[in-house]
Amino acid sequence: MAALEHDPVTGRETTGHEWNGIKELDTPIPRGVLMFLIVTHIWAIAWWFFVPAWPIGATYTKGLLGVDQHSTVEARVIEGQQQRASWTSRLESEPYDAILADEALMKTVRDTGRQLFGDNCAACHGRDGRGRANYPDLTDGDWLWGGSPELIEQTMRVGINTAHPETRVAQMPAFGRDEMLDREQVRSVAAYVYSLSNPDYSTPQNIDRINAGREVFVSTCAACHGDNAQGNVEVGAPNLTDAHWIYGGSLDTIIASVHGGRQGHMPTWDERLTTAEIRTLALYVHDLGIRQP
Amino acid sequence: MPELFHRKLERSTIGFVIAIIAAASVGGIVEIAPLFTIDETVEEAPDMRVYTPLELAGRNIYVREGCYACHSQMIRTLRDEVERYGPYSLAVESQYDRPMLWGSKRTGPDLARIGGKYSDFWHVAHLNNPRDVVPESNMPAYRWLGRTALKTEDLPLHLAAQKALGVPYTDEMVENAARDAYGQATPDTDFAAGVSERYGDATEVSAFDGVATQLTEMDALVAYLQVLGRLTDAAYRNTAATEQPADPAN
Repeated sequence: MAALEHDPVTGRETTGHEWNGIKELDTPIPRGVLMFLIVTHIWAIAWWFFVPAWPIGATYTKGLLGVDQHSTVEARVIEGQQQRASWTSRLESEPYDAILADEALMKTVRDTGRQLFGDNCAACHGRDGRGRANYPDLTDGDWLWGGSPELIEQTMRVGINTAHPETRVAQMPAFGRDEMLDREQVRSVAAYVYSLSNPDYSTPQNIDRINAGREVFVSTCAACHGDNAQGNVEVGAPNLTDAHWIYGGSLDTIIASVHGGRQGHMPTWDERLTTAEIRTLALYVHDLGIRQP
Repeated sequence: MPELFHRKLERSTIGFVIAIIAAASVGGIVEIAPLFTIDETVEEAPDMRVYTPLELAGRNIYVREGCYACHSQMIRTLRDEVERYGPYSLAVESQYDRPMLWGSKRTGPDLARIGGKYSDFWHVAHLNNPRDVVPESNMPAYRWLGRTALKTEDLPLHLAAQKALGVPYTDEMVENAARDAYGQATPDTDFAAGVSERYGDATEVSAFDGVATQLTEMDALVAYLQVLGRLTDAAYRNTAATEQPADPAN
């Protein structure tokens, strides 16, 4: 090894390398940086004792602070539940009438309900609850299974046409496809149903078909939709005399509904949401119908 | 003056390369290697079933269409995520995911617990044109899924590949993969019984795309989406979240 040289200007040692007369100084790490490195190493070693650090075979050192992601998030979730307990416990235990009469509690229901509705219900019923083709409008006051908070809660719990043991079942048969009615009967009963909400359709040239349709209706459809076609919330049969339609109220759509049947599906929320959440949403949805008549 | 160790090392090319590799490996060895020995890494889930061939085909479509670029499948251990989506994800829930699809980017919502949340009908409408059901959505439409027949002849190979990687498919499952894929989407045929027999009665057999007479890519993708988060209820046990275990039958 070459003898160490000292640079005449700075007094530093050189590395002994020389390129075209230029020599490289062997300057040590600045003291500040060195101190920083030493402090971080000490910090790291101390931290080994406080947090989970070293693997030991099938387990590991758990640390003195007992930090664990799973128990941390569970503590936070419980903390949140406790913060809400003052009103969630009332929602769980008090009857709907008492809650509806309490304006302060209803404000909480509206604020929380809007969030829950957005996360869970809006995908089908829309953010404003007005529904769209194939999904019911929740604001029109027209209810398939009843619009009281108790009945809305029940619908949310068990769903419609789900695998829940108590599910609400609403299966309109495919009268045309399954050959329960022939083509002419499907067309005439659809004409009759269409005329119920469109009085202008009852013109002299249509009246024979409408009258024939009424007979088919009474023998085939009235069992669920009622003799006056105003529906039955006991079996989820819609009122056919008003302007509210889930699948559309044009003559063609009614023919399609009679021909192919309808088996709408509403999921069950029993397992996904808590009792307080379901009751909050039942009140929120009930309230939507009142606020937007 | 004695030569410093470093001064000696930096003059040996091979020695210095080995030293760099050793130093750079420390992070990986410390963070990754213990996960293979620590018994808490992957939780126990004896009730967990494997993906059916139809769900696996749907998963392949999910990967092909790049759904993971906008949707994660990982509910993190944060209060707001648990309150919005449900119990945080466990490692065991993706034990049969090869490759895993956890993701880290959410243009759309997390899908780890989407199974059973909405109806098959909704998923079909949503994939055909998301704006039809969610007016404010910026998700692309996937209209071709419903009119593209699902390729089933190579499904036994897909199952065999998963089996080679350690997913516990039986030889019978591999052999019947194409038949089971067809059967799961056609409840009224004889093939449907084989699906329940091999994958459990809780496995959803349904005309996912609404058409029971043909097997399309829509059937496969909807079947996959409807099983997300429902292969096991391990995440619902021993948790402070008050949700009840998901019943896979719903």
